[in-house]
Amino acid sequence: MTTASTLTGSDKTDAPLVKNDRSKLVGGIAQAVVGVYALWQFGLAARTGHGAHTLFNLKLDPTSSGPGPISAPAEPVAIALAVIAIACGLVRAFAPISAKVQRWLAVGYFTSFVLAFLVWAAAGSSIGLNVPSIIQQTSIAAVPLILGSLSALLCERSGVVNIAVEGQFLFGAFAAVLTSSMTHSVWAGLVAGCLGGALMCALLAVFANRYLIEQVVLGVVLNLLASGITGFLYDRLMSTDGATYNTPPSFSAIAIPGLSKIPVIGEALFDQNILFYAAYLLVPVVWFLLFRTRWGLRTRAVGEHPAAADTVGIKVVGLRYRNVITAGLLSGLGGVWLTLGLSTAFVKDMSNGQGYIAIAALIVGRWSPIGSLGAAVLFGFATELNLALSSLGTPIPSAFLQMAPYLVTIFVVAALGGLARPPAASGKPYIKG
Amino acid sequence: MTTPTPDQSAAKDTPPAEATASAPGTSAPPAPAADRSYATVIRNVFTAENSAMVTFLAIVLSLLVGAVLIVVSNTATMDKAAYFFASPGDFLSSAWDNISSAYSALFKGAIFDPATVSGTPSQFFGPITNTLEYATPLIFGGLGISVAFRAGMFNIGGQGQTIIGAIFTSYVAFEWTSLPGALHLIVAVLAGLVGGMLFGGVVGWLKAKRGAHEVIVTIMLNYVASMFLVGWVLKSSLFQDPSHAGQSISKPAEADAVLPHLFGSGLNTDIGLLLALAATFVVAWFFKRSKLGFEVRAVGLTPSAARTAGIKVGRVQIASMLISGALMGMIGVTQTLGLANPNNNAIAGSIDAGLGFTAITVALLGRTRPWGVVLAALLFGALQAGGSAMQTNAQVSIEIITVVQALIVIFVAAPRLVKEIFRLRATKIETTAGPQATPPSPDPFHTTTVGGQA
Repeated sequence: MTTASTLTGSDKTDAPLVKNDRSKLVGGIAQAVVGVYALWQFGLAARTGHGAHTLFNLKLDPTSSGPGPISAPAEPVAIALAVIAIACGLVRAFAPISAKVQRWLAVGYFTSFVLAFLVWAAAGSSIGLNVPSIIQQTSIAAVPLILGSLSALLCERSGVVNIAVEGQFLFGAFAAVLTSSMTHSVWAGLVAGCLGGALMCALLAVFANRYLIEQVVLGVVLNLLASGITGFLYDRLMSTDGATYNTPPSFSAIAIPGLSKIPVIGEALFDQNILFYAAYLLVPVVWFLLFRTRWGLRTRAVGEHPAAADTVGIKVVGLRYRNVITAGLLSGLGGVWLTLGLSTAFVKDMSNGQGYIAIAALIVGRWSPIGSLGAAVLFGFATELNLALSSLGTPIPSAFLQMAPYLVTIFVVAALGGLARPPAASGKPYIKG
Repeated sequence: MTTPTPDQSAAKDTPPAEATASAPGTSAPPAPAADRSYATVIRNVFTAENSAMVTFLAIVLSLLVGAVLIVVSNTATMDKAAYFFASPGDFLSSAWDNISSAYSALFKGAIFDPATVSGTPSQFFGPITNTLEYATPLIFGGLGISVAFRAGMFNIGGQGQTIIGAIFTSYVAFEWTSLPGALHLIVAVLAGLVGGMLFGGVVGWLKAKRGAHEVIVTIMLNYVASMFLVGWVLKSSLFQDPSHAGQSISKPAEADAVLPHLFGSGLNTDIGLLLALAATFVVAWFFKRSKLGFEVRAVGLTPSAARTAGIKVGRVQIASMLISGALMGMIGVTQTLGLANPNNNAIAGSIDAGLGFTAITVALLGRTRPWGVVLAALLFGALQAGGSAMQTNAQVSIEIITVVQALIVIFVAAPRLVKEIFRLRATKIETTAGPQATPPSPDPFHTTTVGGQA
């Protein structure tokens, strides 16, 4: 199994860089065409016509004091945004621009497209869009994805594919709920949850490094194992005696003085519990550790070229063990967030595929902490948008909106193709000799 | 293994019986100067390289771990463990009761119940036909995973392909009622096959043309398919059954589109089993004799060499994903039109029943060989059938079966671990003088190139 060992575009010959110009042209034109569709569908549609306005609420609770809602005329705004999107696509297709500018154009295209869509979707509604609520829900939905992708990032950067994030979430969540319910302490639950994730990762590390099992296969089987064990113990303990085993306490929100008073984003982002802050702080921390410290350099060396790292005296397998188990603490924390962080009890398979989405975020974010953060927020936004729009009565069936993040991932993976390159030794066990 | 159902009954086999059964598989064609004494054959049974032995021990180990879980999660038994040193008998007998009641219920539900020896044939053969019914979709799934695996691709999209297959087959089964009897059934089966095939083919196409990795694409397509089914199909007026207003369930299939019983109406096996065995023959022929099958294996072993040899790698990848998806679509067919469907041959949100993932473990346990897949599917089918009985009769959650299945695969994939636990010798005594004549076995568990680039 040579190709199953890395997660994206390992067949370099299939997407050579020579094609880059053509993909720029085709991609840009495709963007512009979709932009024209947006112009027709969002800007010139009946929904935005007849002088309809779109309301943007700027307070989490519309009845509290503070800035009132902004009312924008739907038709001209949607048309303007669609035109910006078309322009971004055309510039990408025909102007000779660097890769960096291309990336910003993509961001501009995406933002204006989504805004045009929102203006259209909320046009004429008396409730309008609650901007702080969307920000809050997006940032909350992104937390497990951030923690999961950081965990997978640490593993892949040290050369081990961790597709078992889902299982680590589940095990961490189960351990956290069980422990905190029995001890009535969130902190004991936090520790148990992290250790639960680390235990699953330790299994991954041992079977990948010592018994050399193909790592993607191993990850899928470990996910099944975690789902089975937690499901079985749930049936035996929690569903029969939920009062003893499944009534976890939860972390209380801490409003950060000063910051929480900022209009629009203050309430949404700075009145959350400690796990929320920890997840977002971990992104720069992991970035710093990975790219600015000796440990980070060694980790990346082990992930890119273990033989060379071994030559200069780095203990390849030992470092991989350490990093993978450390990564388990992060994904275990993701499990803690899903239960104690969101103050929900444990249910079977409660991670609901978020571990897999976290890995998708890692790939879309091209194996960097900052990129993963961006992708995680994007996925969180797509998930929560669906909830925000369900109250507005858009003609699009909610199933298709729900699919959006998954389709976007497929699209991005297909569009990046050979350009997204995982760490070279990712998924390949190192055998000294 | 010559026994058709390698499960607990095999677990009680004596080692010599195991030896005679597995000896032909482990030793190469006879060579004149080889030590082929009976003693050597028996000794080789206990070496780590003997995959039949490792498989057997992996099953034993997994059932042991399952037993530990059953005891540990039983609060009444664990209360007795608190005073273990005062009265160890209490704990031990209670633990033994838990384990034996669970596993005997498992056996009775999967193979046969001694109490029914004097009963009617349908009582006597009931458990084993349940096992066959549960094994049927797993055979299709295991074959589907294997075809992709042999081409070097990991198809985790069984869930999605199953769902799309089920949607296609269900639509034909309840809507195209003008088709006469058998033709309706055939068209319904083919529709499911085509549905899965298309959904799998997309993955192969994205892989071949865009370099998109199949693992990520299939995972995402699983969610797309399941949201499509639950969020749209089962709510649309086209599919939703008006007689179950407000419920997410489709219209039931017409009677002549349902897979008929295989062993008469009292027994729970349908002709899906025959289709699965036919598929096994075809896949075995495909790998062994067909040109495309040869190309698939070549691409799976070394894509670069295959490309150099003039094989169109992209086309082979697409073809293998089409076949893989078609076989997965057949899971959708048997789940929808088979006797295993609890909803009167309609589809509901849980139509895939996690079989797309169980199929992966089946393919791995069968080492991606068609007939190995059949044996693995029979084992896992027996575990599923027995697990349901265990849940009803011994109040042990069927989730334990998922644990046992995952553990079996992990142990089989790590023969060194099994060897270390049971202190088996590392290498077997060569029974042949010359080099092994058997081709290198396709090993789904381990990377073929260590440290090298694909």
